[in-house]
Amino acid sequence: MHRSVVDTLLPIGALIGALLLFGLFVWLGGVSPTETWLLLFKGAFGDWFSWQNTLTRAAPLMLTALCVALPARAGLIIIGGEGAVVLGGLAAAAVPYLTPLPGNVIGTLIVCVAGFAVGAAWIALAGALRQFRGVNETISSLLLAYTAIAIFKQLVEGPMRDPATLNKPSTRTLDEALRIGGIFGSDVHWGFVIGVVACIALGLWLTLTARGFSVRVVGGNPRTAQLVGLPASALILLACALGGGCAGLAGAIEVAAVHTNANASLIAGYGYAGILVSFIARHNPLAVIPVAILFGGFGAAGSLLQRRLGLPDASVQVLQGIAFVLILASEALRGVDWKAAGERFRRSMQPREVPLSSTVKPT
Amino acid sequence: MNEVLLPFLAAILGGALRVGVPFLFVSLGECLTEKSGRINLGLEGVLVLSACAAFGGSYLSGSPWIGVLVAAATGAALALLHGLLCSLPRVNDVATGIALMLLGTGLAFYLGKPLIQPQATQLPPLALGAWSDSPLFQSALQINPLLPLGLLLAVAMYWAFARTRWGLLVRLAGDSASATKALGYSVNGIRIAATAAGGAIAGLGGASLTLFYPGSWNEGISSGQGLIAVALVIFARWSPLRCVGAALLFGGAGAIGPALQSIGISSGYNLFSAVPYVLTLVILVISCRPGKVAQGSPGELSSAR
Amino acid sequence: MTNPLDASRRRSLAQLSALSLASLSPWALRQAAAQTPLTVGVIYVGPRDDFGYNQAQAAAAAELKKLPGIKVVEEENVPETAAVTKTMTGMVKQDGAKLLFPTSFGYFDPYMLGMAAKETDVRFSHCGGMWTEGKHPKNTGSYFGYIDECQYLNGVIAGHMSKSKKIGFVAAKPIPQVLRNINAFTMGARSVDPKITATVIFTGEWSMPVKEAEATNSLADQGIDVFTMHVDSPKVIVETAAKRGKMVCGYHVSQAKLAPAAYLTGAEWNWNTAYATIIDAARSGKPHPNFLRGGLKEGYVKMSPYGAMVPDAAKKQADDIKAKMTAGSFDIFAGGLKSNKGAVVVPKTLKQTDPELEKMNYLVEGVIGSV
Repeated sequence: MHRSVVDTLLPIGALIGALLLFGLFVWLGGVSPTETWLLLFKGAFGDWFSWQNTLTRAAPLMLTALCVALPARAGLIIIGGEGAVVLGGLAAAAVPYLTPLPGNVIGTLIVCVAGFAVGAAWIALAGALRQFRGVNETISSLLLAYTAIAIFKQLVEGPMRDPATLNKPSTRTLDEALRIGGIFGSDVHWGFVIGVVACIALGLWLTLTARGFSVRVVGGNPRTAQLVGLPASALILLACALGGGCAGLAGAIEVAAVHTNANASLIAGYGYAGILVSFIARHNPLAVIPVAILFGGFGAAGSLLQRRLGLPDASVQVLQGIAFVLILASEALRGVDWKAAGERFRRSMQPREVPLSSTVKPT
Repeated sequence: MNEVLLPFLAAILGGALRVGVPFLFVSLGECLTEKSGRINLGLEGVLVLSACAAFGGSYLSGSPWIGVLVAAATGAALALLHGLLCSLPRVNDVATGIALMLLGTGLAFYLGKPLIQPQATQLPPLALGAWSDSPLFQSALQINPLLPLGLLLAVAMYWAFARTRWGLLVRLAGDSASATKALGYSVNGIRIAATAAGGAIAGLGGASLTLFYPGSWNEGISSGQGLIAVALVIFARWSPLRCVGAALLFGGAGAIGPALQSIGISSGYNLFSAVPYVLTLVILVISCRPGKVAQGSPGELSSAR
Repeated sequence: MTNPLDASRRRSLAQLSALSLASLSPWALRQAAAQTPLTVGVIYVGPRDDFGYNQAQAAAAAELKKLPGIKVVEEENVPETAAVTKTMTGMVKQDGAKLLFPTSFGYFDPYMLGMAAKETDVRFSHCGGMWTEGKHPKNTGSYFGYIDECQYLNGVIAGHMSKSKKIGFVAAKPIPQVLRNINAFTMGARSVDPKITATVIFTGEWSMPVKEAEATNSLADQGIDVFTMHVDSPKVIVETAAKRGKMVCGYHVSQAKLAPAAYLTGAEWNWNTAYATIIDAARSGKPHPNFLRGGLKEGYVKMSPYGAMVPDAAKKQADDIKAKMTAGSFDIFAGGLKSNKGAVVVPKTLKQTDPELEKMNYLVEGVIGSV
């Protein structure tokens, strides 16, 4: 079979393997695997309600995955998207505190841009620390994420807190006119579309534009980039800013579309889930879309598994973990020359011809 | 003033000793793994799964020490998976670590459902504060029996890295893969072994969570100690002895919040809990230079290049 | 393949329910004939067997499962975020639930209210929400118990047992219900000895085991020797206090099993009564009960049996007050009550049913802490 076809089928094969393994896992716990698989499908893609659930969950995942994908194409491994998400959400909720906003799409746009800007700055900081101080960006982005969460909690529970929210400290609720609504009245908010557009736009940017190409060169072969005279630092910072901006945008959208204010439920692990989505999509923004939808689907199915089969809510996490591990492991099989491997195997199975001289015993 | 200060300090000390023990074990475990040239971001999964296993082991067998053994074995098993996966070509260790974090916590919450209600036999505390008349210090110094074990482990690791063949091999694999291969040793083999051993050590941290403090199995048992182990190791500049100090610092920072509240200060404690992270970042910024690796880091560690 | 660990849990739930079923059965048999099947959804913010809030709700839900024609679907670990809207929608659309019990406080506004506005033929019963006539839709309602009566009795026992004259309260969030409990506990203790002070620490979340353990330790370091709490799962606090050699009064359900030598008594829920009323109305087409409240008198709450270490004098005082509360003649929040900042916050005596009490935002004299 053509190698690239095999390469595309590998993650799908790994996914099927994960579902089988998960079926075995629940079977050991006394639950029927077939019922589990059926409910997984039904809960993710079975009816319009499930689809809405899945797509709503996929929306932030797409954007936070971009926060990992773009810097990765520039050669950096950023895992601090969570920090960009919470600060982006905080910024979005903070804009009305600072200045009155027009109650229409422009206002919503300003709120989203605020989130984008803050997220971009935060991740660009990690990139800058790497370029100018040599600090490893994986560690620094993680530390920045923890710091961001602490700042978020401090501000939300302190100066920015809406005094009416004793029960759960939150910022003042965003004006109705500024919120992002559902697409044509459904439960799926426009943030999903923003996510898809961002993925497509950035994917095309990486492949078709000169700047995008330069970023990929810096990431793929730093020495060549140096030789050709590309401004590596500027390009890396650009990639970090774009990626971080997407994560910040995810936070802003969550505030504007789902929570309507910034509070602790914004710290929901979207950043970490995005890391895995990006790795599985091999940091390709276009591939991020189906992967995010798939994992959004898993999450959506969790409720149904709990209600119908009595499985613990963590069962979906187990499935996601198994799926990620197997798909990542399947990477090792990518690019393997199956024909040559088959030849070697066949040759090793044949009886070896022993040269006469070696059977002659020394006298 | 003394009436307020003394309980406050005792609370911080007690907190550092209580909360610092899991930090100590995960940092020692991660230190071993990173010395061999591999980074394991999945220690959070290891920590939570071992915590669950320890609780289950102690509950089912009635002995907390069996729980500790089960925790170490579980930690080793999950970390072994990480080691094996990372030794495959083209598999990224950051992604694998996070995937294992997800898998470990998922398995722990799933299998741990029946363990939420019961009580498991706890590890008996060592009353080190018997010399003091103050009940405050007596209780602050009721320490986890795993703590002396951890301290011994830190010293043993320090000595092993400097003096024994195994320690030198681990360091060799971490500093220069080509030199290790030239000497005829399998780099992957050493790294897998170091990762698994690191996981076993981190598992002891999990046992300490559910068998000593807070002493109960619950889905909120870990507050991200496993993930931040990487930062701890950097803060300690890859030295097992300094890991002890780092663990106490991070533990004390975690105890500041409630301690402040109990003396009446209830604002700003979120920022206090972020201090260790900011401190680590500042240290990194000061000590790193572009192009040069962080002082003391193993040469092969992809994250330090 | 059943988990062997489930067996003992089932046994104790079975024993609990046998007792309550005995009180329900005439009603059930009467109704069984002319009833349409009903799917009921129950939503928990944490695990069902947390030895606390969720377990109390789950015990009542388990009772419901026994009734003929009732199907119960449950979901655990649903956070107080938009996720609960998804859960409720799923239960209504996919499982056909016509009656929902979103049990955690934070589900009320805006999630449950938003859902109720859209699904007008589904009934919603919230635990603890401040349902207001005219403000909230008719297909919603709230039920709650005056568990502060039991916390007052906890306080009385604590007042007798405390040697350091310092008692402690580990609380989740400073919402009116929690403050009411803190105040009742403190006043109960101070009715025994006015010099007693209560220190409160807020953890900020309904369930944070590490913070709760730290808070307990900090309070113990301060010299507090009797604890109570208002968090979702008191297990960690009870065990930590017992490890420090302190005494504890329980909450939500009885935690006596966890620390028999340290457990003085406890404030427990009895949701069966409320659930039965709501289910009955749903099945027979009667209007949805919008506002259900009750205390010791109506059987919505009860006290745990006293621990062996509680002296007779303490038991007698508590039992006397309990008898008065059951007869409806004891007012905890009497006129002239001052807050810990010195102002008079209760000018005229408030009866337990007074809605003013559900807006409480102060801590009374004797409480060390602030909202």
